[in-house]
Amino acid sequence: MAAWQGYARTRKDAWLISGTLLVLFLVSWHLFTLRGAFDPKGLTDEQLQLMEFNGDIVRTAEGGYAWNPEKEKVKGVPGPLAVLDKIYIELGEAFVKKGTNDHGIAYLVLYTVTRFGAGFLAASVVAIMLGVLLGLNKVLFQAVNPYIQILKPISPLAWMPLLLYTVKDPKWTAVLVVFMAALWPTLATTAFGVNSLRKDYLHVAAILQLSWFKRLFKVILPGAAPTIVNGLRISFGSALVAVVPAEMLLGELGVGYLSWIEWNNLDIAGVIFAILVVGVVGVVLDSGFNKLAGLVTYQE
Amino acid sequence: MHREEKSVKEHRSTSEEYFDRTVEQAVVAAVLRAAEPSRRQFLAGLGGAALAAVIAEVFPLGRLKAFAADPVGKPEKKDVSIGFIPITCGTPIIMAEPLGFYKKHGLNASVKRAAGWAMIRDWAVNKEVDAAHMLTPMPLAITLGAGSVPTPIYMPAVENINGQAITLHIKHRDAKTAADMKGFRFCVPFDYSMHNYLLRYFLAEGGVHPDKDVQIRIVPPPEMVANLKAGNVDGYLGPDPFNQRAVYENVGFLFMLSKDIWDRHPCCAFTVTKDFATRYPNTFRAMWRAIVDATHYASDPAHRKEIAVAIAPANYLNQPVTVLEQVLTGTYADGLGNIKKVPERIDFDPYPWHSMAVWILTQMKRWGHLKGDVNYKQVAEQVYLAADCDRIAKELGYPTHKTTSTSHTIMGKVFDPNQAEAYVKSFKIHSMA
Repeated sequence: MAAWQGYARTRKDAWLISGTLLVLFLVSWHLFTLRGAFDPKGLTDEQLQLMEFNGDIVRTAEGGYAWNPEKEKVKGVPGPLAVLDKIYIELGEAFVKKGTNDHGIAYLVLYTVTRFGAGFLAASVVAIMLGVLLGLNKVLFQAVNPYIQILKPISPLAWMPLLLYTVKDPKWTAVLVVFMAALWPTLATTAFGVNSLRKDYLHVAAILQLSWFKRLFKVILPGAAPTIVNGLRISFGSALVAVVPAEMLLGELGVGYLSWIEWNNLDIAGVIFAILVVGVVGVVLDSGFNKLAGLVTYQE
Repeated sequence: MHREEKSVKEHRSTSEEYFDRTVEQAVVAAVLRAAEPSRRQFLAGLGGAALAAVIAEVFPLGRLKAFAADPVGKPEKKDVSIGFIPITCGTPIIMAEPLGFYKKHGLNASVKRAAGWAMIRDWAVNKEVDAAHMLTPMPLAITLGAGSVPTPIYMPAVENINGQAITLHIKHRDAKTAADMKGFRFCVPFDYSMHNYLLRYFLAEGGVHPDKDVQIRIVPPPEMVANLKAGNVDGYLGPDPFNQRAVYENVGFLFMLSKDIWDRHPCCAFTVTKDFATRYPNTFRAMWRAIVDATHYASDPAHRKEIAVAIAPANYLNQPVTVLEQVLTGTYADGLGNIKKVPERIDFDPYPWHSMAVWILTQMKRWGHLKGDVNYKQVAEQVYLAADCDRIAKELGYPTHKTTSTSHTIMGKVFDPNQAEAYVKSFKIHSMA
């Protein structure tokens, strides 16, 4: 009981600290980006006209001048309120498609998640199959290992021009970049996991005269599962890192591309919004992955 | 009603005659060119029409005419996608969607935004889009295989003329001549761009070697202002709205409009692959008509404000309307505290002069983008479809031209397209091997 109370207290403290940090951060962000009202003192009429023409300032209802709210959005680093405003607008249009090039955020997330999912799944299947093959056959493993070691550290984005040139299709290139990012960690750890499987397991399987198929699905894969899941987790992270720049470079609609076009348009509130979306998508995918991983691993 | 039908019929028959003649003339010219000198004299003595009759005996002239002069047929492919870069140069291509020009000519077109010219090139070559907004040097470069897999491209129409500028960072407000720009880091949107060739021309005329005295980097247009703001570059010769956007952001000023380097220079163009044009001739022609129509519409100063509003949304240019209006109307803040009125800052004219292509090829040669001998005229005529563009303009009731080649004046120097090789050799500053 006392232990539970202690746990509850630390948890409460942690929440408190988290909350305070967030509030502190938001308040100081707000204060640092605060900009005074427009003061026309010391400016000639001509200068004011020019500023109005260039969109720096706008006429107010009272006949004076104020900073142009439209321009404030894209000028300097925006405050938390401007970002909140942007989030509100974007979420309000989440399911709206305004033509070929302007899709709502829900669609963009869907495109990115699909692209990511396709690349990651394909890479996982290929990597686990190859990994088991290499893990079971020492000679083959030693023969192929040098190549894996050479290919593994190559940034998946470095493959992009070559992939684009060969597949001649930006959509599939983006998926393949994710594929390349997710392939190696799973491949290497699967091979390692299968290779270091307890020999007893395999002996038992041999004594029971299990079929090849049963041996794979009842003994080898479950036995190596914890290692494989670790590999998948690394692959998952690196695929998530790869999908954003792949979209930026290829101009494929998605969350990564959103952050790039907002930057091109110098709409920093939009950039911050895009970053937040990437973060949220990452957290959701990651927790989903952990749930799935919990199903296939076991405690020894 | 009756009168209208009649006039349409008349119109069509004259344009058909005109086109028959053009085909005949082209074939006659090709035969004359192919024949050896002694025969050429004999053949030329026969006269065009007689010779055409002789050739018709052995050559399916009739079929060729029918193929080329097919009146507006039903598009084989109604749903087309057209790639574009979000700049005001591509205004006709872009606005043709919201203002309904594609629809008017029987197409269900959607325009697809690309982030840079390399992307557009890959889209076009890999058939990711059916037609593309390109820089006028690109179809020449891609057809010749410079910086690309050689792929024959047609350029049926120019989009804009003028409309570019040299923008410098506000800290260089005292720069007056090219010589003041030694050591600068510039950016241009693409190797094979008018921006690159005009900037190089301007610098070289001022005694600055573009490959030795300055750095020129390739930066996609949408990233130019961000780079200027971040202090990565000193300036650029870039497409609008990114010159005006630099002023809007209070980071740059317009040093010089590109019209002051070469007035009425071509910039961007509408292009399709030869493959697409042969496979879908009616779709190709429908797009062509839509573009010529839209380009003439954009040329009218009275339409510019409407256009600025039409292309400003996030689906197209994603720019503040005031920036686009300043570009398109030519009444703009120059970033140095002045408001200027230059109505011809940007204009739109679809006619793809062969002489423009020849000038571009001379500059490609001059800066080492093309090696070896170049048959300027032949390449120009193969890629820039000037005669046919006029035919479409005539069908739509727009003015036409007497020739496909003319001389141009660039920074006070006259360029004669018939003396291309001598022109290339006349430059002291160059990067030829």
